[in-house]
Amino acid sequence: MEQQLYGIFLYGVFLLTMGGIYAVLTLGLNIQWGFTGLFNAGVAGFFAIGAYTTAIVTSAASERHLGGYGLPVAAGLVAAMVASAVIAWGVGRICIRLRADYLAIATLGIAEIFRLVLKNEVWATNGPRGISLIPKPFEHLPEPWNQVGMLLLVFAVVAVLYVLLERARRSPWGRVMAAIRENEAAARAAGKDVERLRIEAFVLGAALMGLGGALMAHHIKFIEPNAAEPVSATFLVWVMLVIGGAANNRGAVFGAILIWTIWSTAEILSARLPPEWAVKSAYLRIFLVGLALQIILQRFPGGIFRERRFRTAPSSSTREQPP
Amino acid sequence: MIEFLNFYLIPGLVLGSIYALGAIGVTLTFGILRFANFAHGETMTLGAFIALSLATFTGWHPFAVLPIAMALTALAVLGMDRLFFRPLRHGSTIILVIASFGLMLMVRSLVQLVWGAQLRSFGQGIDLPWVLFDALRIFPKHVTIVCAALVLMLAVHLLLSRTRAGKAMRAMADSPDLARLTGIDTERVIVTTWIVGAGLAAAAGVFLAYDTHVESQLGFKLLLPIFAAALLGGIGRPYGAMAGGLVIGLVEELSTYPWIGSEALVPPGYKTGVAFAIMVAILIWRPSGLFRGRVF
Repeated sequence: MEQQLYGIFLYGVFLLTMGGIYAVLTLGLNIQWGFTGLFNAGVAGFFAIGAYTTAIVTSAASERHLGGYGLPVAAGLVAAMVASAVIAWGVGRICIRLRADYLAIATLGIAEIFRLVLKNEVWATNGPRGISLIPKPFEHLPEPWNQVGMLLLVFAVVAVLYVLLERARRSPWGRVMAAIRENEAAARAAGKDVERLRIEAFVLGAALMGLGGALMAHHIKFIEPNAAEPVSATFLVWVMLVIGGAANNRGAVFGAILIWTIWSTAEILSARLPPEWAVKSAYLRIFLVGLALQIILQRFPGGIFRERRFRTAPSSSTREQPP
Repeated sequence: MIEFLNFYLIPGLVLGSIYALGAIGVTLTFGILRFANFAHGETMTLGAFIALSLATFTGWHPFAVLPIAMALTALAVLGMDRLFFRPLRHGSTIILVIASFGLMLMVRSLVQLVWGAQLRSFGQGIDLPWVLFDALRIFPKHVTIVCAALVLMLAVHLLLSRTRAGKAMRAMADSPDLARLTGIDTERVIVTTWIVGAGLAAAAGVFLAYDTHVESQLGFKLLLPIFAAALLGGIGRPYGAMAGGLVIGLVEELSTYPWIGSEALVPPGYKTGVAFAIMVAILIWRPSGLFRGRVF
C-alpha cells in the first residue's frame, strides 16, 4: 500500500514537472500568438534548437556528437535561450511581415528544415539516434528528492516567467503588442515600429520555447530529432494555449497543466488495455484532443481564462490607466 | 544522360503531376475560402486509404475504384466542412487555420485508428519497365499516373472555363463581395470548391500510393511541397498551381543530380527540404507567386 502511494507520488511529481515544462512552452507561444497575433506553427523547431543546444553544451564529452563541454545546467539553459532567440531573430527578419496564414506555412517549413538538419548532420547531433546521458539537475540527490528538486526548479522557472510576463503585458510594450494584434494599421499610424516590435515578440517567445526544450532535454535526459515532430510539440502546445485562453498568462499555465494531465492520464489508462487496444487508444487520444480543440474554438473562443482587457479612462484619454 | 532521364527527370515529372493535383485544391480553398487548409494533406491520405480498401474489397485495379474513392473523399470533406469549418466561417480566417491544424491531426489519428500505421501497398506485383532505345526505361505505372493526372487537369480546365460553376468559382476567388452582389450563391461555390479540391486530393494520394505505398504519413509529407507549389503558382490561380506542382516536383528530384562534380548537388537526406526552402524563398521575395496570384 505504502509502496503504491509512493509510486503515485513519484508519478505525480513527474507529471507536474512535464506540465510545468509545457507551461513554459505555452507561455512562449502566448507571447507570439496571444499577445501579438503571430501564428507560429513551428514551435517544435525552436523546442528542438533549445534541447539540442543544452544537450551539446552540458553533456559529457562524446565522440558521437558535437561538443560535450560538460558545463553546468544553468549555462545550458541560457545557451538554449540564446540559440533559439538568435535563430528566431534570423527567421523573424525574413518572414515577420507575412500575413498570419503565410507565417504559419513558413514557420512549419522552417521547423521541418531544422528537423532535417538535426537528422542529417550526424557529426553534430548523432543523427536519428539522438543525444543521451544529458545531465539532470539534482540527480545526485537520493530518490524522491532528485525528482522533487527538478519539479521545484521547473515551477520556479514558471513562476518567474509568469511574474515577468504579467508585468510585460501591463507595460506600454504589452499594450503596443495588443494594439498591433487588434489593428496593425492604427498601431503603425500611431508611429509604432510594427516590424521591430513583432520581431521582439517572436524572438522572446522563441527564447521561451528554447528554454522549454532545454528543460525537457534535462528532464528526460535524452533528445532525438523526432521529438520535434509536429504532433508531440507544436499541436499540443497550441491546444493548451487555445483551451487555456490565448492572451492570458494564467490561462496558458493552467491550459498546459490541464491538457498535460489529461494527455498523460489517458496514456496510463490506455496502457492497461490489451496491447492491440493500447496502440489504438493512442490514436484515439489525439483524435479526442483535436475534437476538444474544435469544440473550444466553436463554443468558447476565448478559452477557459479570457483575456483581461485594459479599461480606458472615461474622460482624459492622455492619462495612462494604472493596471 | 540516360541515367538523368531514368532516375531524375521521369520521377520528377511523376512527382510533379501528383503535387500539381494536390496544389489545385490548396489554391482553390485558399483563394475562395481565404485560409490555408492544413488538413489538405490528410485528405490525400484518406483518399489513398479509401481506395486501398475498395481495391482490396473488389479486387479491381486502383484506377478503376478511383472515381468512387474520389466521391467518398469529397463526401467526407463536405462533412468536415459542415462540422468544423462552416461554424467558424464568419469569424477571423486565422481561427479556420487553427481548426484545420486540429483537423489535420484528427483525420490522421482516425486513419491510423481504422487502418493501422503500417505500410501497405496496392500489391500490383512487379512492374517491369518498357525499355526504349536500349537504355531509356519507362515504368508503365509512371505513364498511367502522368496520363491520369493530365486528364484530371484537363477536366479542371473545362470545369473552370466552360461551366457556370467554374465561372462562379473564379469570380469568388477574385472578389467574394462582388460575387455575392452579382447573385452568386457563395455557399454553393464553397461546396463545389471542396468537392473539386477533395476529389483531386484523393486522386493525388492514390497516385502517390500506387507509385510507392500507402501510409498514414503520406499526406503530411505531401503537404509542404503542395503549399510550396500553390504559393509558387500564386494563390487562387489553379493553372499556376499546376505549373508550380510540376516545378516543385522536378526541382526536388533534380536537386540530387550531380550537377557539379560527381557528388549530388543536394545531399539526398535534404531532398524534401528543397521544396520548403523554395517555399520560404517565395514567401519572402515574391508572395504573389510566379503567376501573380493574390496576396491576402
